[in-house]
Amino acid sequence: MAEVPIIRNILEANDRISEELNKFFTDNKILCLNLMSSPGSGKTSLLEKTLTDLKGEFKMAVIEGDLQTDNDARRVAATGAQAVQINTDGGCHLNSSQVKEALSLIDTDGLDILFVENVGNLVCPAEFNVGEDHKIALLTVTEGDDKPEKYPLMFHISSVMILNKIDLLPYVDFDMEKAKKHASKLNADIKIFPLSCRSREGLEGWYQWLREARATKA
Amino acid sequence: MHEMSIAQSILAIVEEELRKHPDAKLKKVTVANGALAGIVSDALTFGWEAITMGTPLEGSVLVVNEIPIKVSCGGCSKEFIPEDKLYMPCPDCDLEIGHKVLQGKELHIEGIEID
Repeated sequence: MAEVPIIRNILEANDRISEELNKFFTDNKILCLNLMSSPGSGKTSLLEKTLTDLKGEFKMAVIEGDLQTDNDARRVAATGAQAVQINTDGGCHLNSSQVKEALSLIDTDGLDILFVENVGNLVCPAEFNVGEDHKIALLTVTEGDDKPEKYPLMFHISSVMILNKIDLLPYVDFDMEKAKKHASKLNADIKIFPLSCRSREGLEGWYQWLREARATKA
Repeated sequence: MHEMSIAQSILAIVEEELRKHPDAKLKKVTVANGALAGIVSDALTFGWEAITMGTPLEGSVLVVNEIPIKVSCGGCSKEFIPEDKLYMPCPDCDLEIGHKVLQGKELHIEGIEID
């Protein structure tokens, strides 16, 4: 019987490709954002608005991760942005090698921002880096203000928390301060943007953050 | 159930290490799992049993060492181990938020045992 000490990061294979992707993005002055949330939180709606409103400012592309269908990629492509669909076939998160493969189908020449829309799931995507500069967590007021408490990793590692569907606040018991407080608990630096894709309220704050984040890569 | 992906990553690393020890039989793999890493230990050991079944590694045990959260207070820098994952008032100054995580995000292999 022999004990062999091996200190190795379990996710090293994924992280290696993620670092390689991030280097490519940095060399090519591309801002890469990993969008994560529960299914139905409005990731695709936020992208539709962002891609349409900032069309004149940035060249943008999207990698769409879904279990099945290319519905989201088609919605995104309708804005005129390049979109590539990854079907995970039941897989609960995207990993860096899938993103690397999808990236080979994108014309990155002159690209400013690449959005990776992850599989709708508040747990697993948090674990796998995909080459991004920032992770963006979306939460909706209909999901409950306790989500940052229940899914701490997601909010701990995200640079931004978007609180979507604030036009529904009058109809739900959602304590904005409680959600903000819990998100800030383990992540003092998290930026929080309450907004509504439907009423457009608050979108400008998100756009301003995007402009500043992009400027750091230029 | 991303623990299965994690188990597969562990398997790939262990197989790579075992190539340095031909003829050895794997008895045990030890991993460190931080309380903030978002990995359910039981799901991970179940995943390990499932992916090693019917392979030469069948019967090897995956041991998970759970690492507690340790933070340093965002106000007074006091280091402490919170009793709770969500409510962590500093024992010295009562501050609840803005702490710096010192420990609890670990997810790595610590070693293997071979015969």
